Amino acid sequence: MDTILGRYKNLIVLAAILFAQLIALAVQVKRPTQEGEMRLIRVWAIAAVTPFEKAVVHTEKWMHDGWVGYVWLRTVRRENEQLRADIERMKLEQARLSEDANMARRIQTLLVFKEQYIESTVAAQVIGTSGSEQSRVLYIDKGSDDGIKPDMAVITPTGIVGKIVQVSAGSAQVLPINDQLSGVGAALKDLRLQGILKGTPNGTTTLQYIMSDEPVKVGQEVITSGGDRIFPKGLEIGTVASAEPGKDLFLNIRVIPSARLDRLEEVLVITKIQDKLPDTKDLGPIRASDILGERLPGVPVAPGVDAAGNANPAAPGVSGSAPGTAAVGTTVAKPGSGAPANTANPSAVPATPKPARKPTVTSPADAGHAPAAAKPKPAEAPPQ
Amino acid sequence: MTARATPFRGSLTSREQVAVYEFNWLTLVLVPLVAIFLQAFFTAKLRWLAVLDLPMMVVIFFAVARRNPVSGCITGSVIGLLQDALGGPAHPIGMYGITDTIIGYAASSLGVKIDVENPGTRFLITYGFLIVHEAVYYGVGRGLLRQPLLWSWSHVALAGMANAVVGVLVYHLLDRFKQR
Repeated sequence: MDTILGRYKNLIVLAAILFAQLIALAVQVKRPTQEGEMRLIRVWAIAAVTPFEKAVVHTEKWMHDGWVGYVWLRTVRRENEQLRADIERMKLEQARLSEDANMARRIQTLLVFKEQYIESTVAAQVIGTSGSEQSRVLYIDKGSDDGIKPDMAVITPTGIVGKIVQVSAGSAQVLPINDQLSGVGAALKDLRLQGILKGTPNGTTTLQYIMSDEPVKVGQEVITSGGDRIFPKGLEIGTVASAEPGKDLFLNIRVIPSARLDRLEEVLVITKIQDKLPDTKDLGPIRASDILGERLPGVPVAPGVDAAGNANPAAPGVSGSAPGTAAVGTTVAKPGSGAPANTANPSAVPATPKPARKPTVTSPADAGHAPAAAKPKPAEAPPQ
Repeated sequence: MTARATPFRGSLTSREQVAVYEFNWLTLVLVPLVAIFLQAFFTAKLRWLAVLDLPMMVVIFFAVARRNPVSGCITGSVIGLLQDALGGPAHPIGMYGITDTIIGYAASSLGVKIDVENPGTRFLITYGFLIVHEAVYYGVGRGLLRQPLLWSWSHVALAGMANAVVGVLVYHLLDRFKQR
């Protein structure tokens, strides 16, 4: 045979066998990376494809920014005026809300409920997907060099996106919430019912394990519950699109994600979450009796609280205040919401408004000067 | 001029001989990579574009142009494995590899028997192979790996139509790289 195939037949067969073995090896071998092991073939493929994706995405962004920032400024003036008006309106709204927020923080400090704070985030651009209909993973242009690690939460300002599953030096793979392998601790905001948000093979998201006798309605908001230890509590997930009785006494609840998962461009990776007590330093020293006198209804001393008003760890509702498990705590921020387990502690405090209780109201950082700042004000009896 | 003619067996066409094309090695490497890149890149912008399977079209194109089942298998397996490598944890490596290997083999075997140069035939074979592709993928995923995959005839029919239309255009573009 005078063809190339014929002339080098043996060599080609040898190369093919070696190639097949190489592929088989690449599939089996896992390369230890900074953040765990990754299959060698995945490392190669990602290294081959992501630089091009990054280059195209960044060029596109540069051109878009140039156009929008320097050329296409037709509506900017009107938009500016609109934004100024919005800022004024929001300032008023903020003033109204900050009082409620301060109150909530004081009460949380009082009850030693730790909150999860997003300490730092990394902005990243979506540069690609798996390209497959079945797998919905995304690739972002930030990796372990930027501090990204597996199991970090990925969000947008409108809602959560997913979590990091695999990380290489300059890129990372994100498992979105609508992937069939995804699972997120979720709760219905109004009803405070917790379930698990799961993706489906066709790319929709469903909230599972909500009992079928619950009054779930279309349009209700779904937020993160914090139970998965990946997403901080209270982030927006989406809204209920339909709720129908399903099998096994549970509802079939379809949720429309708030984030546009089919058209993502920029995302934020939460790189650090901290469990800490709300910072009440700037709120000034205040006594429990002051707070409770203002807002909380008075009820008799609950069992599980000692005479000084300090919570007994064995008491119901207090165990949930451990770091990272603050799920039960937030309902306290809504006085009068009628959550029995969580009102046990606040109800105990007004009955014993002693000066000894004062340091617990201020933040730990403020504890040094709290007693001095707290004036010997007579303890007010809360409304009974 | 590297095209050569092979005796035609099992006539389903009026031509007496079927041309076998060869490609520059650079084309063989770059075209699949570009197809995989475009597939990953555009589906990030518009999710619904995932119904199109550019790498499969490339497998079909090379297989029917070269008309060699062995090279069709190898091309299919390499492109399929690369496509697999970009998949997430729900996508084990080998699913597209197996699927595209079968497509590569079948397409090259078909290329020996029928004329695959005209747009009508290209439309039909792409439509048919997309259905085969989906069926094999579903079979491997559901049958071997117990993955919760869904089968929808309407989706497959529409995806086949979309791939066939785009495929005809892609093949027309790739014809420029044929060496004859």
